[in-house]
Amino acid sequence: MQTRVLAGAISLTAMVGLTACGDDGSSSGGSGDGDQIELTIGTFTEFGYEDLLKEYERLNPGVKITHHKTGQGGPYHQQLLTKLAANSGLEDVVAIEEGHIPDVLDKPHLFNNLGDIGPEDVTPDRWLPWKVEAATAKDGTWIGYGTDIGPLAMCYRKDLFDAAGLPSDPEAVKPLFETWESYFEAGDTYAEKTGKAWYDSNSQIFNAMQNQLETGYLDKDNKLAMESNADIRKNWDMVTAAGSRGQTAKLVAFSPEWNNGFKQGAFATKTCPSWMLGVVEEQAGPDNAGKWAVTDAFPGGGGNWGGSFLAVPKQSEHPEEAAKLAAWLTAPEQQIKAFQKTGNFPSQVDALSSPELLGFTNEYFGGVKVGELYAAQANKVEKAQYKGPGDGKIQENATSPALQAVEQGTKSADEGWQQAVDAAKRIAG
Amino acid sequence: MTSSVDTDAGRTPSRAAPAPPRPPKPRLTWRQRLSVADVKWSPYLYIAPFFVVFGVVGLFPVLYTAYLSLFDRELLDIEGTWVGFDNYATLLSDTQFWTTLVNTVSIFLLSTIPQIIVAVGLAALLNTRLRTPTGWRVGVLLPYVASLVALGIIFANLFGPNYGLVNGILELLGFDRIDWQANRFASHVAIAVMVNWRWTGYNALIVLAAMKAIPRDVHEAAMIDGAGASRRFFNITLPLLRPTLIFVVITSTIGGLQIFTEPKLFDAMPGSNNGGSSNQFQTITLYMYQTAFETQDLGYASAIAWVLFVLIIVIALINFLLTRRLASTGAPEDGAR
Repeated sequence: MQTRVLAGAISLTAMVGLTACGDDGSSSGGSGDGDQIELTIGTFTEFGYEDLLKEYERLNPGVKITHHKTGQGGPYHQQLLTKLAANSGLEDVVAIEEGHIPDVLDKPHLFNNLGDIGPEDVTPDRWLPWKVEAATAKDGTWIGYGTDIGPLAMCYRKDLFDAAGLPSDPEAVKPLFETWESYFEAGDTYAEKTGKAWYDSNSQIFNAMQNQLETGYLDKDNKLAMESNADIRKNWDMVTAAGSRGQTAKLVAFSPEWNNGFKQGAFATKTCPSWMLGVVEEQAGPDNAGKWAVTDAFPGGGGNWGGSFLAVPKQSEHPEEAAKLAAWLTAPEQQIKAFQKTGNFPSQVDALSSPELLGFTNEYFGGVKVGELYAAQANKVEKAQYKGPGDGKIQENATSPALQAVEQGTKSADEGWQQAVDAAKRIAG
Repeated sequence: MTSSVDTDAGRTPSRAAPAPPRPPKPRLTWRQRLSVADVKWSPYLYIAPFFVVFGVVGLFPVLYTAYLSLFDRELLDIEGTWVGFDNYATLLSDTQFWTTLVNTVSIFLLSTIPQIIVAVGLAALLNTRLRTPTGWRVGVLLPYVASLVALGIIFANLFGPNYGLVNGILELLGFDRIDWQANRFASHVAIAVMVNWRWTGYNALIVLAAMKAIPRDVHEAAMIDGAGASRRFFNITLPLLRPTLIFVVITSTIGGLQIFTEPKLFDAMPGSNNGGSSNQFQTITLYMYQTAFETQDLGYASAIAWVLFVLIIVIALINFLLTRRLASTGAPEDGAR
């Protein structure tokens, strides 16, 4: 399936490339029917832009937009990097996910500075400050306009909390989710009383803790910080210790077994960025309706997981028009519409206080006002973590597998750490 | 090119008729020359498209990969720096490379050997008098028709450590549960099962076709001499299957050493190229893919590709020699007794 999507995308791009060439030829021939501009935009999964793009075409009669959608984020970003390397084939506006932004921030010369070419009235204060920070390169190049974010809250199973004698009311559980210490303490109580796991997997907890540090796996000089930053090791020890006390369900996130774990009630809490609510609902299914709840508390304050940006690569032939389109799409009004369509949480300051967002409720989670809840969580995030190039890969290919090895019992916490450090060195070096 | 065609076409008849001083050059009209050229050159023209396409998408990438493997080149830096054979030197001391090599060979052996034995057995069974033979033959081919990705997802589910069917059955029968993801050998077995499921029927049909081609009278003669069914199988059928077996072994060597989709889909982490939490089942191709497109180290990935290429040729050669030996020893020795 993946390859089919890819192949489709490739052939589409090829076709568009061809037609674009053809158009250039005819317009230089001087047919003289106005200066029609063709813009292309590339996104992955669901951005909710279909109707918005049609609206933009209506508002700007001289612009024709072609939308390339890729089903999955992984292949999409692989293609993005390959086409950046080839210096051709990219769309005029490209979506880039938060986890992949550090890789391109390292090569700002491949992108247009939106501060230079963007519409003058679009300034960084449209967005939450940390969202702008996350897409600004060291040399000051502003690579991407923020689309959506994934503020973190905590989801939990009310019925399982009740069974373990823990408070289950959204207000009353907040002290449990105050700090990581209180979180793991409650986990011990839960595991003792029920013999079941507290959270889904070590890496899902560790990643959230890691994201709360000031810098990521690399320090500000882009040197690997796993051995120099003692906080990373401290988090590692805390999570693996809790896991060894039976708090982890040892289910790899997004695997079929993990999906099954939701149905079986294999774990009682879940780190929950805004977009995770849909995943929980889909996987836990109607049988577990009303059992899951979400509260606006998160150990260690809060954080962000996910969200994207729209960028204009240097290879675009119409950079200013492309920037104008990206600016329009990421305006609060448009992102609210996208939110209503897909649930992607807007990153714009004005959108976070709009009544449409604040009044938004989720029936599966007991009719809670999720719009208001996640807006509050988004405002708790103070600044973007500095992530060096390869940060996302270290998480995916070094620490997450090593944490899994510790859960599987094939490695001790120390051996697992060593495996993670070795793999991270390979990626960063 | 056209001029060489003309001279060649003109020369041929002059050699054919040596006696007269100036053989009849004008006898060939333009039309005749053209038809001579047609006969001579057209075949090359007809097969040229294959070689042109092969050159562009086959030969050129192979050679370019060899060239790239001498550079330290990241995906996004277009230039790259010349490092000579450094990539190959690093590769030899790269523990992950050796891990993936052992994994690949282990999965290859676990899949190819049982697969070919079962395929020959299946072919022998299909070669007996069955009602609706076509139905049975199509039946064994069905797994091959099913989408590889669908198979991968289904088998990854079956072998799930917590909620998988295989572990459920093991438990029911009183055995211990196996962590198919964590245990290195168990993961190889699970992946080999996936490969065997897909390819056994396909190979069985190829072997069956070869069995059908064995002349009946050889069997009848042996029967008259009093040879039983199993003796006829080992002393007649197997030796006569030799060319087919060599073909099957070599194609499964090439496929088996490049195994990629099955281990990729088997990993619990969706889309991961790690091949398990500690590379338990990462194969060479997975490692190569990860190096090229995740680590984005194109030079090093090219070096891995070339080592794999050479390795496949060597193992295919060994297999060729072995199969030739194995399949030929049976007949003459026993016949001499």
